[in-house]
Amino acid sequence: MSPGDESILDEPILSARNLSLSFGDVRALDEVAIDLWPGEVLAIVGESGSGKSTLLRVLAGEARPDAGAVTYRDTTGTVLDVHNMGEPALRRLARTEWGFVRQDARDGLRMGVSAGGNVGERLMAVGARHYGDIRAEASRWLERVEISPTRIDDRPGLFSGGMRQRLQIARTLVTRPRLVFMDEPTGGLDVSVQARLLDLIRGLVSDLGIAVVLVTHDIAAARLLAHRLVVMRDGRVVEEGLTDRVLDDPRHPYTQLLVSSVLAA
Amino acid sequence: MYVAVKGGEAAIANAHAWLAEERRGDPAVPEIGTDQIGEQLTLAVDRVMAEGSCYDPGLAALAIKQSRGDLIEAIFLLRAYRTTLPRFGASEPLETGAMLVRRRISATYKDLPGGQVLGPTFDYTHRLLDFALAAEGHAPSPAPEADPGEDAACPRVTAMLADEGLMAPEQPSDAEPGDVTRTPLTYPAGRALRLQNLARGDEGFLLSMAYSTQRGYGANHPFVGEIRQGEVTVEIVPPELGFAIEIGDINVTECQMVNQFNGSRTEPPQFTRGYGLVLGRTERRAMSMALVDRALRAEELGEEVVAPAQNEEFVLSHSDNVEATGFLEHLKLPHYVDFQSELEIVRAMRAAATPQAMREAAE
Amino acid sequence: MSAAMQNEGYNFAYLDEGTKRMIRRALLKAVAVPGCQIPFGSREMPLPYGWGTGGIQVTASIVGPEDVLKVIDQGADDTTNAVSIRRFFARVAPGLRTTERTVEASIIQTRHRIPETPLREGQVMVYQVPQPEPLYKLEPRRAETKRLHALADYGLMQVKLYEDIARHGRVGSSYDHPVMVGGRYLMAPSPIPSFDNPKMHMSPALQLFGAGRERRLYAVPPYTDVRSLDFEDHPFVPLRANGTCALCGARDTYLDEMVTDDRGGRLFVCSDTDHCGTKQAEAAA
Repeated sequence: MSPGDESILDEPILSARNLSLSFGDVRALDEVAIDLWPGEVLAIVGESGSGKSTLLRVLAGEARPDAGAVTYRDTTGTVLDVHNMGEPALRRLARTEWGFVRQDARDGLRMGVSAGGNVGERLMAVGARHYGDIRAEASRWLERVEISPTRIDDRPGLFSGGMRQRLQIARTLVTRPRLVFMDEPTGGLDVSVQARLLDLIRGLVSDLGIAVVLVTHDIAAARLLAHRLVVMRDGRVVEEGLTDRVLDDPRHPYTQLLVSSVLAA
Repeated sequence: MYVAVKGGEAAIANAHAWLAEERRGDPAVPEIGTDQIGEQLTLAVDRVMAEGSCYDPGLAALAIKQSRGDLIEAIFLLRAYRTTLPRFGASEPLETGAMLVRRRISATYKDLPGGQVLGPTFDYTHRLLDFALAAEGHAPSPAPEADPGEDAACPRVTAMLADEGLMAPEQPSDAEPGDVTRTPLTYPAGRALRLQNLARGDEGFLLSMAYSTQRGYGANHPFVGEIRQGEVTVEIVPPELGFAIEIGDINVTECQMVNQFNGSRTEPPQFTRGYGLVLGRTERRAMSMALVDRALRAEELGEEVVAPAQNEEFVLSHSDNVEATGFLEHLKLPHYVDFQSELEIVRAMRAAATPQAMREAAE
Repeated sequence: MSAAMQNEGYNFAYLDEGTKRMIRRALLKAVAVPGCQIPFGSREMPLPYGWGTGGIQVTASIVGPEDVLKVIDQGADDTTNAVSIRRFFARVAPGLRTTERTVEASIIQTRHRIPETPLREGQVMVYQVPQPEPLYKLEPRRAETKRLHALADYGLMQVKLYEDIARHGRVGSSYDHPVMVGGRYLMAPSPIPSFDNPKMHMSPALQLFGAGRERRLYAVPPYTDVRSLDFEDHPFVPLRANGTCALCGARDTYLDEMVTDDRGGRLFVCSDTDHCGTKQAEAAA
């Protein structure tokens, strides 16, 4: 089934309820609830230390909450409990229906493996065994993320920061996941590079109809990509709503501060 | 010559005969006795016992003689013997607090109950070759003996710190520890198995790992809380008796390192311990072991694991010199079947690559 | 061999019966889960680690006085290490017969080859394995490779083959080429040339693998599916020197290359000395 024809559009693809997680005295997550609908881009914004990256890790099953649950509705409509489905099932999801784009591309790529091998890995992990087909598909994806296919046998170490990030996106999207987690995908890149990358992500996400949970401290990036916004502070969701509404008419004082500090900058 | 590789039985027998001849050396020179090795090369014997993990000075001396002084070879001989021995049981924990101390020093206190006892040490000797030793019949004058009244009890330095609450307590456990000689290690191994592994690890490897922590690769700010060396009594509890009986005394060296710890959210700042306990008078090994033990506690103590000495799997799986030597030296075995495959594939690749490379060069 | 070996008092085949039972239990587990590495309490042997201690322990724990043992290294019975191991068993297993004939052997301990003569039911191959973990070059942490095996997460291995083809135009492993056993476990076939890989597939013989230093055993039961990893459009090709045995004239066996002079002179002979000798005898008759 392609991501376009979701049969149950009125059901969320990912839901979190009552998520709490503490590190010592620090409450990283405090009764957080979130819903994500198929094809929707949801941005989680907040300053560093607000708990947004922790939330992403908990949503993706990489960290376990002290309390609360995360459920995922798979392509068959089955609702899975992310933290109780077991590691084999979670890993299978992570390399098929899900994707994760890391802030540092070096964490998401295999630096000792060529660009083609990086893109091909997910195809091979789901059973592709035709070298020529894998290579052709990798080539198409390199082109799609604006990397010349002539670089297919180069290792990511030879790429610029922006290219590496685009390669990571190709590697993640090649198996057409339904749900992608993105952790500050433009962080650490030059402003001009950021703009190009955001544009690319926006195009791919809308073409493929992927649902995205995007963590960012960059309000401009959130405005460009997200349908909806969740504002976090001290482990709590302080405000959420449609992106334009939250940014043009922020209600919570903290959101007002966040938005104004961006405008000032 | 190729056929020499397929030498077979005769070649092996001849090689071993030659080895025996070389081992004996010039027959005009008196043959060395294992008693001489046992009495005069004591630290070699101790190292072989420690890494052979078998306390038998006589067999260790024999192994040294048989191996022509190659200590790793001697350790291997002792290990191969040890593994065939039946097991009667496990000893009670050694009471090193009750040690008959021959040497006991602390670097953290100038003086302390029981005093500093230098014992027979190389420390503070000037490393000048003593040509008098080259002459025969050299008998040292006996060392002066201490007044028996000075034999006070020697409390442990770490216990004194613990009384003040300054020493992080160890986790007590009544669980039967595993046995690295019977069960393959899996990771995380846990501290009991870690210490077993280190206690018989290669001295050079332990020393280098410990040294690396001192140079910043996993620094842990050590002080020698105490080194003590001497005889302790080994006891076992035979099941048919149900109480402990003494089966003998062994020489051991114990090192307790006192290391800084900044404390965490849940724990106040206190010192932590690196522990080393080894067979024989092998002080360098005991100290190295204590530093590496402390380094391997990084994860448990919430420190970042970044250096090789802090990586449990890395340290424990490469510490054993019998394993390491065997695998390294197996490269001497014939590999011509593999090499033939490599030859074929390199030739095939070159045949495929060369025309293309030449075209590219021409362009 | 050490002086201790000449002493009486060792059990049949050197290992004590308790140790043999421990190893046989691990072997049973290995046979029950084909291709899966089973940890075992490997003992120090009187031969160095890396020189066949795993294979020796496996052989010692399954051998009986009625067995006929063949030991080969590089395919040959007369290489030094094969001689040394055969002598070891002749000494510590009284009554055991040794042979150089593949057809006569009930147990064949090997390093780096599978005999050319097809194996039959009832025979046991014992492989000496230096490195049982097929993924170790890609992921050295054994705690992590264990997890990858548990999850059958072998994409990484396929990526390595992809990289080989992208760089060299072909799969680069010419020996110890990884295989999938029973469609479930990725397995190192030990450093046999890839030429021998197909012989493992559906073999009527029981194949046991022992890695002493790494303390792992694994097994391929008779008639088990064993596939060499490859791509559909770059199928696995067993490689051999394109030559003819100078002694028996075989063109279908694995050959050793011998340098005959310092002017580039070479000739090829069979690596399997028993097979080659048999062919020569047949030709002479």
